[in-house]
Amino acid sequence: MGDSNYSKAYIQTLIDELKTSKIYTDLQCAAQVEIAKPTLRLSELKKGVLNGLVNSGWDRKLRNAIYRFLQTHPKLQFPSPPPEHLKEPLVFLRKAQQAWEKRILKSLNSMCTDLNIPLARKRPEKEQKEWAQKWTELGIDGPVHFEKTEPKDASVKDLSQFRPVYAPKDFLEVIIGLQNPNYHGSDTPGFYHLWGIVQVPLKVKDIDELRLQYSDMSINQCQSGIDDAQDIPSELFEQERVKLGKKVINTNHGPLAQEFSKKGCPTSMRATLWCQILAVELDEIDILYYEQLKTNVLQHDLLVDSLLYKDVKLTATNDDQYFVFEDFLYQVLLPFSRDTYVLNHFDYNSASPPKSYIRGRLGMDEFAVNYPPNGVIPFHGFAMYVAPMCFLYKETITLYYVFREMYVRYFFRLHSISSHPQGIVGLSLLFESLLQTHESDLFFHLKSVGCQPLKVAFKWLVRAFSGYLSSDQVLLLWDRVLAYNSLEILAVLAVAIFSFRKTNLMKVQSYNAAEAVLADLTTLQVIPLIQLSLFSK
Amino acid sequence: MARLKYASDMDKSVLLNNFETRGWVPVGPDDDWNFYWANVQSIRNVFSIDCGFRLTDDQVISHFPNHVELTRKDLMVKNIKRYRKDLDKEGNPLAEKDENGRYIHLDFIPQTFMLPADYNLFVEEFRKNPNTTWIMKPCGKARGVGIFLVNKLSQLKKWSRDSKTSNFTPPTSKDTYVISKYIDNPLLIGGKKFDLRLYVLVTSFRPLKCYLFRLGFARFCTVKYNASINELDNMFVHLTNVSIQKQGDDYNNVHGGKWTVQNLRLFLEGTRGKEVTDRLFDEMQWQIVHSLKAVAGGISNDRHCFECYGYDIIIDDNLKPWLIEVNASPSLTSTTSSDRIMKYKLINDVINIVIPPGQVPDVRWNKIPAKEHLGNFDVLYDEELAQQDVMGGDPRKLGPGTFRGKRDGSRPSPATWK
Repeated sequence: MGDSNYSKAYIQTLIDELKTSKIYTDLQCAAQVEIAKPTLRLSELKKGVLNGLVNSGWDRKLRNAIYRFLQTHPKLQFPSPPPEHLKEPLVFLRKAQQAWEKRILKSLNSMCTDLNIPLARKRPEKEQKEWAQKWTELGIDGPVHFEKTEPKDASVKDLSQFRPVYAPKDFLEVIIGLQNPNYHGSDTPGFYHLWGIVQVPLKVKDIDELRLQYSDMSINQCQSGIDDAQDIPSELFEQERVKLGKKVINTNHGPLAQEFSKKGCPTSMRATLWCQILAVELDEIDILYYEQLKTNVLQHDLLVDSLLYKDVKLTATNDDQYFVFEDFLYQVLLPFSRDTYVLNHFDYNSASPPKSYIRGRLGMDEFAVNYPPNGVIPFHGFAMYVAPMCFLYKETITLYYVFREMYVRYFFRLHSISSHPQGIVGLSLLFESLLQTHESDLFFHLKSVGCQPLKVAFKWLVRAFSGYLSSDQVLLLWDRVLAYNSLEILAVLAVAIFSFRKTNLMKVQSYNAAEAVLADLTTLQVIPLIQLSLFSK
Repeated sequence: MARLKYASDMDKSVLLNNFETRGWVPVGPDDDWNFYWANVQSIRNVFSIDCGFRLTDDQVISHFPNHVELTRKDLMVKNIKRYRKDLDKEGNPLAEKDENGRYIHLDFIPQTFMLPADYNLFVEEFRKNPNTTWIMKPCGKARGVGIFLVNKLSQLKKWSRDSKTSNFTPPTSKDTYVISKYIDNPLLIGGKKFDLRLYVLVTSFRPLKCYLFRLGFARFCTVKYNASINELDNMFVHLTNVSIQKQGDDYNNVHGGKWTVQNLRLFLEGTRGKEVTDRLFDEMQWQIVHSLKAVAGGISNDRHCFECYGYDIIIDDNLKPWLIEVNASPSLTSTTSSDRIMKYKLINDVINIVIPPGQVPDVRWNKIPAKEHLGNFDVLYDEELAQQDVMGGDPRKLGPGTFRGKRDGSRPSPATWK
């Protein structure tokens, strides 16, 4: 076949994976149906069956399945690297991630001992029944005991003793401390002089590469989110865009949806487009799987549940854009932490799932379990990854699968230490280098008044701007993350925001003043800002 | 910049800040003010036959004399019913009815009866569908006070007695109630019920000039909606008034249970599609305009008056809006900081529309504000401009503003709104 892009081994992996998935059996059944058709001639068996399958849309489904595989499996190099290199090729970063994980787990365990709550426990029958009833309104009481005799104060006290395991600023401290042991950047200024606080010299894109990458967003191209606004006559852009969008949706082809979304998704089509790009198509098995996860939640109470509950209460419930969806967040996050499918992503994530041990069997590997079952310990603000998507999906099950896919493809990179250009370290470095190169006077001024720009922008990056921008803008931004398959746009936007508020920032004389200038981003329109920043120098 | 004199019956910061920013001078209501933000009692005094006084050409006041035609629940219903009947009699296509006798285009209030006057009519209707819930609202009160739900005739014993008495003393406003079919299938978001508060500024009734404020909001109940009979008494489930929700355990001070109309629109477009969402918003505007037309004949169109109404609308789960009531004095208290900013902008834009900035009010002006003074208001309907347009005239016509600011070919043209 001579396809030079993909090695034989890669294609074989693809075929093996497809053979074990549902689409294989479905295709076989469909082929059987085709063969049984009386119009089929024996002399043209293969051609006839293939045509029949194509006509009934099976080639599209197969293409989508392959597309999904391509998106989640990076091309293998030859010779194939050992598994820990797939996670993270640089040893010192791998070690740093492991050290960070140890710290988090230690913090979790000590909270456990202090509060005398087990990491996991089985719920008594009565409590399970109560949870089943209250499943759609967990926002009221949450994961505390439902015994009616317990005074309300006691439950409130319980929750206040839970602290988030870590917050973005703790993580930033760790990143600042990263040092490549082969590289001396100390007293004598070398040829590679970094103003910022990230000391790891990773390769990041420069502005020309970004302009090429995001060329579909250039100023001379109409974009959803600007050119289909209310006060612009719809004949100019919106009508054509909507017509094209309908055509794209009807073909149900992932790459096509992705290409279309490069200029943003019309609001009413976004939900479907995201599903197509992420190849989320729910069938009965998926529904059953979610129900199984829900049963797991009802049967066992995890300490992590309280952390998630507290996180929702601190973030989304206090947010005037997302408070409405509070109950949905529990219905997504609690099953999420029991979903072992998520463990697959650790193959390409520098992080590893924390391990815990059955009571009394500390250190014995046979009794080690992943804790939580999906291997992801939530931090302060985790719930905000889900919140913007509540504007798109009113059935929790679709919301669940879309969120899960977004997490294992993109969001995990925002809180693990890795050398991947889209990892949080790479994004931070990209932000700093772009700002230093293109707004050097601003960077220098801020540095000299004691405000490192990354210290303000870091929380935006970790949360992918959720909760900082207004909800429609977050969705427009995430359109581009999906369409260009890259988180780099987050760093570009962060730089654009600093540029936009440059006049006021040049006047500040302290870190707090700088933070105040950048505190409220809810009035910003992200697409024009990105366009200005990338294409108008 | 003209230093105008203002009087205000209310001590609200959103009002006073707006006045002070303009450099206006505070005076008492008995002095020579240019701008008076009055409460409804003062309006009665100003326009009363005995002790009222003539207003001069440079005075504007914030209520119409008999605004109750729109803002009292029973009078609003009476006026709308009469308006529909009149249109029907003259054969206007707007009053078209379907095979069940329900108005197709003008069905925007839930079925309502006055008590005690229409008690027998109500009983007849109730017996036809005994499993429905009705909501009892006292005519003269506000903020959710005195409202309760009814699903059994026995809960209305008091009014059945009253209706049987043969004396003709008309009931005072304290005793009259309206009873409406309860909308038990409200659109729920996040499992919770909400209603919409939209602000509408009217500067004239004949010709009708009304403006819609873009920054309306939805008020959410803190408790999940539960239509079961046991929860009929739980006002936290059913009544969205902030004054009631504030007392609940789960009330949150940061957002106050308020969601912007923009977020509502984003959610509906994203989950239900653009066409149905546009239709919903168009229909709400349609309802507002017709409710104003219904009372336009009866309100005394004093040139000195303007009024900022608070429209309460509930959307059911078929995405049909229902007009619940109109408030003459929508609350200007701010519950959250976004609330305060929004209400400040509201008053700011109202003042700029009513008195073109920098000028002294002159009630003889043509009441066509320049586009740049509208602020966050859109022109909802300007009858004068619409008429000029029909006669091939004014290029400055802004058109019945929609939330989208552009015409959608499927909507009835302005001509049918006359």
